[in-house]
Amino acid sequence: MNLPLRDPERRREFDAELRRRAIRGGITAAIGIVLVIIFSGFTVSVFVTAAVVLALYAVPWDMLRYGRFVVPTAAIVLAVLYPYYRENLFEIPLFGPFPSTDTAVTMTIFIMMAIGLNIVVGYAGLLDLGYVAFYAVGAYTAAWFATPHFSEYGTHHFGAVGVNPESPGFHLSIWIVIALAGILTAFIGVIIGLPTLRLRGDYLAIVTLGFGEIMPQIARNGDDLFGTGFNLTNGAQGINPIDPPGFGKTISGWTGLPSDYLTFNADFLGKELGNVEVFYWTALVLLLFTVFCSVRLRDSRLGRAWIAIREDETAAAAMGVPLMRTKTWAYAAGAFFGGIAGAYYASFKGAVFPDDFFFNISVFILCMVILGGMGNIWGVIVGGGFLAYLNQEGLGNIGAEINDTFGTNIDVPLYQFGIFWTILVLVMLFKPEGLIPSARRKAEFEEGVADEPLYDVQR
Amino acid sequence: MATQARRLPLPTLAGRLPEYVTPAFAFLLVALLVLWLGVNLFKEPAEFYRLFLIGLTNGAIYGLVALGYSLVYGILELINFAHGDVFMLGGMLVATMVSSFGLAGDSGAFLWAMILLMLVIVMAFCAVINTTIELVAYRRLRHAPRLAPLITAIGMSFILQNIGLVWKGARPTSVDSILPKGEVFSIGGVAYTWDKLIVLLFTVPVLVVLILLVQKTRQGKAMRATAQDRDASAMMGINVNRTISFTFFIAGALAGAAGLLYALYITNIRYDEGFRLGLIAFTAAVVGGIGNLPGAVLGGLVIAMIESFNNGLSWATPGSDWTQSIIFALLIIILVFRPEGLLGEQTPEGG
Repeated sequence: MNLPLRDPERRREFDAELRRRAIRGGITAAIGIVLVIIFSGFTVSVFVTAAVVLALYAVPWDMLRYGRFVVPTAAIVLAVLYPYYRENLFEIPLFGPFPSTDTAVTMTIFIMMAIGLNIVVGYAGLLDLGYVAFYAVGAYTAAWFATPHFSEYGTHHFGAVGVNPESPGFHLSIWIVIALAGILTAFIGVIIGLPTLRLRGDYLAIVTLGFGEIMPQIARNGDDLFGTGFNLTNGAQGINPIDPPGFGKTISGWTGLPSDYLTFNADFLGKELGNVEVFYWTALVLLLFTVFCSVRLRDSRLGRAWIAIREDETAAAAMGVPLMRTKTWAYAAGAFFGGIAGAYYASFKGAVFPDDFFFNISVFILCMVILGGMGNIWGVIVGGGFLAYLNQEGLGNIGAEINDTFGTNIDVPLYQFGIFWTILVLVMLFKPEGLIPSARRKAEFEEGVADEPLYDVQR
Repeated sequence: MATQARRLPLPTLAGRLPEYVTPAFAFLLVALLVLWLGVNLFKEPAEFYRLFLIGLTNGAIYGLVALGYSLVYGILELINFAHGDVFMLGGMLVATMVSSFGLAGDSGAFLWAMILLMLVIVMAFCAVINTTIELVAYRRLRHAPRLAPLITAIGMSFILQNIGLVWKGARPTSVDSILPKGEVFSIGGVAYTWDKLIVLLFTVPVLVVLILLVQKTRQGKAMRATAQDRDASAMMGINVNRTISFTFFIAGALAGAAGLLYALYITNIRYDEGFRLGLIAFTAAVVGGIGNLPGAVLGGLVIAMIESFNNGLSWATPGSDWTQSIIFALLIIILVFRPEGLLGEQTPEGG
């Protein structure tokens, strides 16, 4: 640790920062430990958790050489090992136990979608209220190319696992389907984007909202498209079963990767692994890919163009940023990740239903982006994970806790959107840049930006 | 809309196409529409009249809600997503009042007096809610980036929706039917009933009063000035905050009136009805030209007619499964090809 801090000036800075953070972190950790011990009894795990978090937070890693890799690496390692140590963790007061691995899969997928939307809303500053449309296209791509749905168009198999080779319809390997979903969704994003992106902020929001409302209706009524008898989406029944992911016997034999997720069962490092763990790790890999692409995109020429457009469209155009092309790319990139997440989620659940794609989901994903801090990937990950957890498990746990304590009978999850949006409105009013904003975004909110659009609806 | 003058003209999609394409497209669309309506009228005249009357009545209600969107957008350039939910809360209050006053089965002068009393109460109720929302949520964000107030508006919409959910539960609340259902006159064997006429009888005076208010009074002048340029009107001695509050007050009162008519005419209301109807009404406001008061009512009528005919007609009709999609497709087409709406460019507030 001494090595990069030979310079006494920097050394002093480092020590001061360390002391400041250690005091702040130590007090917070102490309060947390006391609360946990009061509410859920004495456990060792709370001390271990506090020690790990403190080590990551209190040391100003950024000041050390290679230090900036420490926190992300630790986060990845902790995430990968999560199924191993989850059962030994303590119960959080009010929230109950840590999320199950099954919930963690959903959380990871929703974080992916939030990162995709963050490209559109956070980087480029285009409010998209119909993001669910991309999620839907991704999910239905999986439903078309990995199910018996199009059985009347012959039997086409390519690398699918876990299905009878005689089974009719399209059965592509899920990895191909996921890539296909991404590309198809990006294409749809461009189609939706091209005529609409020239509209100003709130008009764009309304148009995307319109697309987001039309999409589920097509999904719901698509079993007999416009009376032609063509069954595109199988209507309200949805499409199932979607083939499980897997690598097939050949690749599995070479590499040891699971050949079929649904039937997977193995003993590894002293833990019985089922399909949930494999789904979780695959989701993590996809998430890492998304985060990597997102970070690289942000720092690329294109990403800087997005941020320039967000801050001042007129100035960006004057500097030679092609507005339409740049915005369309933002749409396509955001849609791409939405499509991937949608296809993987469909394959995880094994089915798609049109009711999964309503406006509520669009704004739910938007909530994740805003809560964490628009434009900042780490903020979006935290916000997305927290809201997805609340939605899946947290609110139910909290409701049960409240009803137990006060003897009431309130159905807390029923009011989920009221609760989410109350949090969000409070965030907007008191910390409009989000809980963990990027420094740049924060400055924009404090100093204001030239928000007047270059092109108006007036002719 | 302070800065319109320095914005560049729009590089429209249509701008790249020859000039006659957009009008030709619009003409084709209207011709197809007329053909569709004509054939249906010829085939089943009675059904057509019935749907027309339903559309007219719904259109009045949509128009009232759309006026609220238009007023607020005109002055703040903010889509007040919560407006539809204010309307829904008004409808719920009417449902409560009708049952607690025990109005079912009443008739005559007493009933009318009670309806007028309810109208006053519900208008005040919704106006206060709307003004409070502006005061608590929007005022702080007036100088924040555009995204912030828009997101707050969506948030307020969900919060009000959940208040409705807590208040009346997830199932539709039915309202006792108290409007007379007798026949006023009949066309083509279809009766025009009193309850439909009453909706129109309430809407028209409200509209006239509103337009007079905006165009003739001092307060209306202040509203128009604030809409044009907030800073300049503040320099001219207009109390901008009060003017904006007043606009929200009027918009809320309109939503309350619409809530009363909706609850009494449709006779049931549900917590998420406001959001759905709000989107339709906002579409109506955009179709008519947002910020344009007669345009909002025209848009409401157009949307309601499309909805009603699409739900009921039989020849070459997509059917009620697609109503929402058609309305939003229309919204997208209008926004892309004619963002200033059907009634074209007039100054905001219809002045």
